[in-house]
Amino acid sequence: MITKVHMEALSPTMEEGQLVKWHKHEGDGVANGDVLAEIETDKATMELVARGEGILRKVILPEGGTVPVGNVIAVIADADEDISAAVAEAGDGAAGGEAAQAKAAETAAPAEAAEGKSAGRGAAKAPSAGQASGAQPVASSGSAPAPASTDGGRVKASPLARRLAEDLGVDLARIAGSGPGGRIVKRDIEAAREAGVGAPARAAWTPDESEYEDVPVSQLRKTIAKRLVESLSPIPHFFLTVDVDMGRVLEARATINAMLEERAEKVSINDILLKAVAAALRKHPDCNAQWHGDHVRRFNGVHLGVAVAIDDGLITPVVKNAHLKGIAQIAREVRELASRARDKKLLPDEYTGSTFSVSNLGMFGIHEFTAIINPPEAGILAVGGVEDTPVVVDGEVVVRQRMRMTMSCDHRVIDGAQGSRFLATLKAMLEEPAAILV
Amino acid sequence: MAGKSSVERFDLIVVGSGPGGYVAAIRAAQLGMNVACVEADKLGGVCLNIGCIPTKALLTSALLVNEMKEGARHGIVAKDVSFDLAPAQKRSRAVADQMNKGIAFLFKKNKVTHIQGFGRLEGKGRVEVEAQGGKKTVYEASHVIIATGSRPRDLPILKIDEDRIWSSTGALMREKAPASLLIVGAGAIGMEFADVYDSYGTKVTIVEMLDRILPLEDADVSKFMERSFKKRGVDVYTSARFENAAVHDDGVRATFKDAKGETHEIDVEYVLSAVGRVPNSEGLGLEKAGVQTDDRGFIVVDAAMRTNVPGVYAIGDVAGHQLLAHKASHEGITCVERIAGKGEGTVDYGNVPNCTYCHPEVASVGLTEEQARAKGFDIEVGKLPWVAIGRAVALGHTDGFVKIIRDKKYSEILGAHIVGPSATELIAEFVVGRHLESTVEELERAIHPHPTLSEGVSEGALAALGRPIHI
Repeated sequence: MITKVHMEALSPTMEEGQLVKWHKHEGDGVANGDVLAEIETDKATMELVARGEGILRKVILPEGGTVPVGNVIAVIADADEDISAAVAEAGDGAAGGEAAQAKAAETAAPAEAAEGKSAGRGAAKAPSAGQASGAQPVASSGSAPAPASTDGGRVKASPLARRLAEDLGVDLARIAGSGPGGRIVKRDIEAAREAGVGAPARAAWTPDESEYEDVPVSQLRKTIAKRLVESLSPIPHFFLTVDVDMGRVLEARATINAMLEERAEKVSINDILLKAVAAALRKHPDCNAQWHGDHVRRFNGVHLGVAVAIDDGLITPVVKNAHLKGIAQIAREVRELASRARDKKLLPDEYTGSTFSVSNLGMFGIHEFTAIINPPEAGILAVGGVEDTPVVVDGEVVVRQRMRMTMSCDHRVIDGAQGSRFLATLKAMLEEPAAILV
Repeated sequence: MAGKSSVERFDLIVVGSGPGGYVAAIRAAQLGMNVACVEADKLGGVCLNIGCIPTKALLTSALLVNEMKEGARHGIVAKDVSFDLAPAQKRSRAVADQMNKGIAFLFKKNKVTHIQGFGRLEGKGRVEVEAQGGKKTVYEASHVIIATGSRPRDLPILKIDEDRIWSSTGALMREKAPASLLIVGAGAIGMEFADVYDSYGTKVTIVEMLDRILPLEDADVSKFMERSFKKRGVDVYTSARFENAAVHDDGVRATFKDAKGETHEIDVEYVLSAVGRVPNSEGLGLEKAGVQTDDRGFIVVDAAMRTNVPGVYAIGDVAGHQLLAHKASHEGITCVERIAGKGEGTVDYGNVPNCTYCHPEVASVGLTEEQARAKGFDIEVGKLPWVAIGRAVALGHTDGFVKIIRDKKYSEILGAHIVGPSATELIAEFVVGRHLESTVEELERAIHPHPTLSEGVSEGALAALGRPIHI
C-alpha cells in the first residue's frame, strides 16, 4: 500500500516546516510509528512519525528544505509498487525544498553562492490558503494557485517576466505563475505588483558581498518576526511604569530558600514575581483577558507566559494555572520549561494558551524596558533588575532595593485606570508579600 | 410526447464547419463529447473552399510565373512561353477538394456527426437544420456553438454579381486572365488577387479609400509594398474614393476620385470588390433566442466565447475580433475546452499574426511602430534589409525587410513586421517568441542555422538592439 508522507502540522501555528534530518533513508524498511525525520517547526524541532508501513521508497524533500504543511515529502510503499503518481503529485504541489534552494540559487548570480549559506535555507512561502489558518493542513493538490513551480527544480518564468520582476523588485519565489505548468508570465508580475506582493523597492546602493554575511532565518525566527509585526501594528499599545520596593521580596526569598534548602531547591525573585502577578491578575480579571473583535474574553485561571531567551530567539513557555501553584512549584516548572525550550524540545501545548506574559531582563542589567504584547493576550509585564537606589523615606535619603516594571497594554481591552489598578495591587503585593496570600 | 423522444440529441452542436467550427467539433470529440457539426455548404467553410487555401494555390502558380519570367538568370531559356490561368484555377480547385475530403475523413475518424443543411437556433438547446430540399429536422444539444463565419461586404455602389463585379469567390472562378481588372480595397484579399492577376498579364488598378495599401500593417510595410506593386506596373490609388461602377456588355466603366480630388473614369473588364467582410449572423434564430449582437452584427461573447444566452457560444468571424482562420480555430478550442471544464484558457488577441501571401509576402504580429509609440512605449526599432542575408541573396529574393519593434525598458518584442521571402512562415518565430514572452536578446542568442532566411530573425533582433553584424 502506498502511503504519502505529508508535512504535518506539528504545532498548532505551524504553516511550513523545515526538514532537519531524515532518520530513514530511501530503501529503509518503515513500521507504523517509526520516527522518519526531524522537522523544525515555527517553535521547536519535532519528530515526524510514519503513518504507514513498507519501504521508504522516495524522499522528496531534502534535508534543509522547507515546504508548507500538507505537502508530500516522501512516499512509503511496498518494494514493487508503482509510486510515480504519488511522486508526481508531490512535484505538482510544490517540491518545496529543492524549489526553494533552486530559487535562491537562481537569484544569487555566481554559482558558488548557491553552495553557500545564503542559499541553503531560503524558503519559498506558499502564498495560499495555509497561511491564514495556521493549523489547517493544506491539501497538496489543492486548486489554490501553486507557488512558483518547479518540476524541473527551477523557477519557471518567462524572460520578460524575469526582467520585469528584477526591475520592479518583485520576488519571483513569492509569485504564483498562471502560465502552463505554473510558469510565471508578465501578467503575473503585473498582478503581483498591483497586489503589492514582492520585495521593497531596490536600494540605491548594495554593499559588496564581502561586507556582510547572510544569516539564514530559521523557522522560529520567522515566526517571531511575524508575530511581533502582527502584534505591534494592529494592537494599540500603551505603557504603564511603576517602581517597586523589593526589600520584602528579597527577605521572603531568603526565608523561602532556607526552607527549601533540604530539598536542594531555590526560588528566584522572578518566581515570586510570577506568583504575585498571578495573584494580582485574579483580583483584576479585566487585565487577564483577550480581544476577540466583538467581545473581550476574560479568563478565570491565570496561565502565565514566561519569556525565555534561547539561541535563536525567544519563546514563552506557559505556567498553567499559576494562581493555583505554590512558588516552589512555579520555580520548578519555569526551570524545567526553560531548559527544554533551549533544547527546542517543548511540546506545542507547553507554549500556547497563556493569558498574560512576563518578560524579565533584570539579569542582563536592564533597568527598564517595554515589551511587545504576545497576541492574543492583552498585556505583558516587562521587568527590570533589582537595584540599590537612593530613595526618600520620611524625609531622609536611604538606599532601597528598587525594581522598575512596565506593563504594555492592549488599549482595546485595558484602559489606563484598569492597568494602573492592577499595577497598584501588584506593587502592594511585592512590597508586602503577605498580601499575596490574602 | 412520443414524437419528442425521437429527437436526436448531442452534447454539442457546432453550426458551421469552417476553421473555427470543424476544429471545435474535433476537439470536443477528443474530449469525449457527442458532437454534431452542421454545414449548409461544403465542409471547411470559406477558408478551405473559396478562401485561404485555393488562393494560396493560385499564388503559388503566380510566383512560378514570375520566376519563369526571370528564368534566363538560371539558364532556363524557354521559347514561346505562355501563361494560362485556367490550369492554375483547376489546380486550385483540386487543392481545395483534397482538403475538403480531409475534413470529412477527420470527422469520421473522430466520430463527429456531419449534418448537411442550414442550421439555426430553435429555442433553448435546440437546433433546426433545413436540408437542401427544405426538409427541416430538429436536434437537441446541451451546448450550441455558432461558427457561421462571414461573407464579403457588398457595397450598394458596387453590387457584387460575380460576373462583372466579383467578390473573392468570383475572382477564384475565372478561367482566363482578363485584360484589365479594377480592385477596390487594398487589404490582404485585394493585394493577393492583384498579385495573381498581374502575374497572369492583367492590367491591374487598385483603389483604396485609406491613405495606404495594407492599412492594418506598419506604415513602412505599406510604403514598401506600394512601391513594389507600382514597379510591377500596377496602378495604385490611395486616399481615393470609389464612386460608381457602370456595367455594360464589354465590361465596367468605373469612376473614382483620387487623393487630389481629381475624378478618374476608367474602363475595365472586371471589378473585384474587396472592401471587407460582414458576419453571417442573420437567419440563425439569434434574435428569437435573445443572443446579443453588436451594431455591426457580430455576436457578442466573453473570454470563454459565451454569448449572453446560457448554452450558446460563438467563435470565429461571426464573433468579431480579427477575421482570421487561425484566430477562429483557437477560439474553437478555447470554447470547447472551457465547456468541458478543461482550464481557463483564453485567446490572446494581441498575438494573432497577419499574413498576406502576395509577392513579396507580408506578415506581422503585435504592434506597429505607430501603435507602440501611441501606447507610450520607449522603443527601439531594428530594420534589417534582406540583402544582408546570404540565403535571400542566393534565392534571388532580396526585396523587403524584417522590422522589429522593441521596448527599451524590458526588451519585450512589441511587434515584428516582415516583408519578403517566406515572411508568412518566418513570422511564426515571432509569434512563439512573443507567446513565451521572450525578450529580443533571446531571439538573438538562439543560434539560427546558416545560411537560412531565419537568420533574418536573429539579425533583425541584433538590429533592434543597435548592433547588427551584417549591415
